[in-house]
Amino acid sequence: MSLEERGVPTIAVHTHVFARLAKSAALANGMPRTRQVFVPQPVVGVSPAQLRAYIEGDDKITGRPFVQEVMEGLSRPLDQEDLKGSTFERSTPRLLEPDTEDNLQELFIRNRWTDFLPITLPTEERVARMLKGTSHPPDKVVGRLRPTAFREFWEFTVEKVAVNAVMAGARPEYLPVILAMAASGQTARSSSTNSFATISVVNGPIRNEIGMDSGIGVMGPYNHANATIGRAYGLLSQNLQGGSVPGESYMGTLGNWYGYTAAFPEAEERSPWQPLHVQHGFKPTDSTVSIFFGGWYTHAGQGPRETWQNLLIRTLIATDHYLPPFLVMDPIAAREFHRLGFSKEGLITWCAENARLPARDYWDNQWIQTLMHPLAVAGVEPYATRLKAAPDELVQLFLPEDINIVVAGGETQGFWKIFGGRYGGRGPGAPVTDKGKVASPTLSVDAWR
Amino acid sequence: MSSRIAVHDPRGYPPKVAGKRLAPRLESLDGKVVYLVDCRFDNSDAFMEQMREWFAEHLPAVKTRIIQTRESWVDDPQMRAKVEEDGDAAILGVGL
Repeated sequence: MSLEERGVPTIAVHTHVFARLAKSAALANGMPRTRQVFVPQPVVGVSPAQLRAYIEGDDKITGRPFVQEVMEGLSRPLDQEDLKGSTFERSTPRLLEPDTEDNLQELFIRNRWTDFLPITLPTEERVARMLKGTSHPPDKVVGRLRPTAFREFWEFTVEKVAVNAVMAGARPEYLPVILAMAASGQTARSSSTNSFATISVVNGPIRNEIGMDSGIGVMGPYNHANATIGRAYGLLSQNLQGGSVPGESYMGTLGNWYGYTAAFPEAEERSPWQPLHVQHGFKPTDSTVSIFFGGWYTHAGQGPRETWQNLLIRTLIATDHYLPPFLVMDPIAAREFHRLGFSKEGLITWCAENARLPARDYWDNQWIQTLMHPLAVAGVEPYATRLKAAPDELVQLFLPEDINIVVAGGETQGFWKIFGGRYGGRGPGAPVTDKGKVASPTLSVDAWR
Repeated sequence: MSSRIAVHDPRGYPPKVAGKRLAPRLESLDGKVVYLVDCRFDNSDAFMEQMREWFAEHLPAVKTRIIQTRESWVDDPQMRAKVEEDGDAAILGVGL
């Protein structure tokens, strides 16, 4: 669309499953009549002969010859609708039309404002009560969210966050954590085909003040604060960014259970290591929430036992390695690693040093190819070095700064889990500051008390 | 009869959308330079190569040039400037 604005007639080729998304993105960018053509899905993994067949076949949406659509898209004279573009304002009211509780519940479901589990209706009284959880005024702007980099940002206030917190069943004392998540700029409802979600870690005194639990079942449905804070982040993301609708603003092919709720506190008191927020420059007495983007893969293991090195290496190289590993360790496992002489940083370095694959396998990953190969060609390290490696040469999958470890769990077993979880850094969906820098994924909760 | 209650709208505030005009279209592509912009999704380079070959075989009067964006998912002002400077039209793809 930028080329069109600069006077270059342009047509964009998409695969047909993205038709609704492409058209709604064009509308939201003020150019609803932008010319688009559609080939069948998939393009990935398809032979040149099949791609030629797409080109010589029909547009998958219009049914007309693809090349005819392309030629006409570049040469058909513009009509009045093309010339005027589309300027419009949308508004969302503060309150909905009064109705019965049953009808309103149905309305929220019909409009896709829920996660299809029961919600608490955000009445004025409930929202007013929720707002007592923060000293910030209801009309203060908290931030902006969008489902992906090519969509427009939607803005929201403290009151709008409180509305979604009520819907999720959260209590007023949780609101500062939820506001910090909302202010992160990171959506928990990315539209990526990778079905990304977020996993949030709460640190500092707020954990105990609001009754979060880092013990048995820490990542399950066993604590009110853990469950509803994570759920609130998901609901506020989809509603405050303008939706998360399959085929239109959500394209995750498999979806992600972590999208329902994924927030837990670190077991700081039972960990042998420094807490996550202190590693990232906060004081132990600060309260924070850190957001890991991904949740795409999950692996698990036990130990360290006799062959722990082999197990950990097998697990790390089995990751979808464009998304770095985020380890959550039960305190038993963490203390055992500590007894073996590992600091948290030492274990992270060991993981980074030993997780290696042949360069051929590394570069055969679709997203490594799509996202990292251009950087490698441009000379950006460490990708450039990995690209120079011979096909059978083992290349490092992760740098130490990619990997994170958090301690949590009930000490009923010495288990650990590894999630795909990007802590900051570049890539699809990464939030940036107003100055274009990568935003910090650890947010102060105290700032929102 | 159930009583009616008022509840908050849970949605955020969308930005005002400013309409943008399409660029004037070409009367014909003959003799024109059409940039085939490879957006760097997996296999989009192969797709654009097939587009280039198709033009060469069927519409040889159209001059095609393949160009890549610097990265996928990231705006590339240098690529845009090149297309604007040397090109008459552009075909972008494949956006998944």
